Amino acid sequence: MTESLEEFLIARRGTGRPLLVPYVTAGVTPGWTDVVHAYADAGADAVELGFPFSDPMLDGVTIQEASDRAIAAGTTVRKILEEVATLDVDVPLIAMTYSNLVVQQSTAEFCAALTASGLRGLIVPDSPLEEVGELADAAAAEGLDLVLLAAPSSSRARLREITERSRGFVYALTHMGTTGERGEIPEQAARLGRELKGLTDRPVLFGFGVSHPAQAAELAGHADGVVVASALMRKLLDGARPRELGEYVASIRRALDQGAR
Amino acid sequence: MGEMSWSGRQYATVPAATRAMRDPGATGRFGTYGGRYVPESLIPACHEIEAAFREAWSDPEFRSRLDTLLTVYAGRPTPLTPAWRLSHELGITLFLKREDLAHTGSHKINNVIGQALLAHRMGKERLLAETGAGQHGVATATAAALLGLKATVFMGERDIERQELNVLRMNVLGAEVVPVTTGSRTLKDACNEAMRHWVSSVDDSYYCIGSVMGPHPYPWMVREFQRVIGEEARAQCAAELPVGVPDYVVACVGGGSNAAGTFAGFVDTTARLIGVEAEGGAAATFGRAGVLHGFRSLVLQDEDGQVTEAHSVAAGLDYPGIGPEHAHLRDGGRARYETVNDGEVLQALLCLARTEGILAALESSHAVAWVIRAARSGEIAPGSTVMLTLSGRGDKDIASIKELL
Repeated sequence: MTESLEEFLIARRGTGRPLLVPYVTAGVTPGWTDVVHAYADAGADAVELGFPFSDPMLDGVTIQEASDRAIAAGTTVRKILEEVATLDVDVPLIAMTYSNLVVQQSTAEFCAALTASGLRGLIVPDSPLEEVGELADAAAAEGLDLVLLAAPSSSRARLREITERSRGFVYALTHMGTTGERGEIPEQAARLGRELKGLTDRPVLFGFGVSHPAQAAELAGHADGVVVASALMRKLLDGARPRELGEYVASIRRALDQGAR
Repeated sequence: MGEMSWSGRQYATVPAATRAMRDPGATGRFGTYGGRYVPESLIPACHEIEAAFREAWSDPEFRSRLDTLLTVYAGRPTPLTPAWRLSHELGITLFLKREDLAHTGSHKINNVIGQALLAHRMGKERLLAETGAGQHGVATATAAALLGLKATVFMGERDIERQELNVLRMNVLGAEVVPVTTGSRTLKDACNEAMRHWVSSVDDSYYCIGSVMGPHPYPWMVREFQRVIGEEARAQCAAELPVGVPDYVVACVGGGSNAAGTFAGFVDTTARLIGVEAEGGAAATFGRAGVLHGFRSLVLQDEDGQVTEAHSVAAGLDYPGIGPEHAHLRDGGRARYETVNDGEVLQALLCLARTEGILAALESSHAVAWVIRAARSGEIAPGSTVMLTLSGRGDKDIASIKELL
């Protein structure tokens, strides 16, 4: 039996390295799976795959554009899963999508399909604690780690429940807003990281607005690592090849490793 | 349970679960619909608004302030007008609840004054709103001006072209109108953009949702603020009609706020409740269960779960979902949802204008169109009484009507 996303990340963290999870929107280009390989080769600890949805309420312009492009190219959950099943990468893959795609059949069928294709984690940003019960049960039954989001606005009581119920890692939002590149990391991110680290031994990763290597390194100092999405997708939408995206991920990897020394 | 006969005067048995449109409780569920499908970042704001609304709604001072503004500012109660000539033509007795005569020209003002008072009470400085036809945007801009708040209104680029007059009105009222250029560039995308903006400005901004949609407590709260339509109409019918209650209560449905407010006044009576959707945006008729804009309901979507664009002659009905309580009323059989097409709507608009001297909004004309069709086909039995909520006036639609003629 393969280890879970959480076990994998904890083992990686145990080697002393900050965790790095780059993102790609599935289906955004015909060769999007090459991007996944490039990320894995560049030192990613896991890869997040966006399953595109027509109305991505928590995404900024870059991921919206990537999602629209993927949908226009005929991307569907079924097609993504077929391609994922052919991937040969040695790091866990995590699906990121919205509730409407999860509830199309039943949450149990959705989770079973993800696991069957080899995915080990799932992030559903519009499914907060209030609505996550059935999905969390379905994911647990399939051995799929359901990652929950923690926000700067979350109360301490909510953060405690989020850290208890999240699996894989806890996804800490650096700021109140949508995905997208940003110039500065607000002070509230550091505070949220410290608070979450005090509540759980589960890995805590920062996401939203992690735009360049130095920022990634700075944030990783307040938690266990980072998710990088829009910065990579902007480059991809502007024509960057998988190799170039891999090089950028490698540069973030180096910054993280240097920062950890 | 829920079996309805649509001929003669056999009335539906009202299922207990939907007998009254009441408080959906902490989970915000109407049966399996509703809920709070928003990112964690917005959850504290939803809780804060729910707590503030519960407190305000049971505070006599708040209610009295709202009632006063609805009376001296918004022009309530709106009249119940007998449609004499059209009734004669159709062989029925038709009454119109005249929300077109409310300040700003539609029922939207009822909800917006309520929410603006709440935002003010919560210490918020800015109202955010989405708008389709522009009526909710205009109402929001109006209430913001009245209470000294700022207003930012998100509107699809395509709707901005279709509703130029309302964009000008919002500007004159001091609101900022933000064109939304993503997706179908209509109401659905304006909702997405308003949500995104809300996430990043939740400390000082209040999202004033314009219909019975969005995360809990909005569907419930907006229905409560619109309940005034149904309660007034109920009392007016009681005074006007020999039997006190009409046979049919009819309203148009986009997200469904004027219908929800209307139905709330009649849900515990024998009246048949009819919501009329645009054929190209009929989520209650053609939708499947899904999650959009923070709530679970019936949603127009393709087989892969991508939300499809709604298309109709009325920008205010171009919404691919329906309020969660409507989905629940439909499933329970307490309300029935019908569709009419653009051609019928235009004919109905002209018919009402020429028989009654009332220029209704294209949205409201959907309800009129169904009544005309159903009365002519005999589906509404001759001699029946019909109470129709005329949600707004048609001045804003003159340019569209000119093109269609």
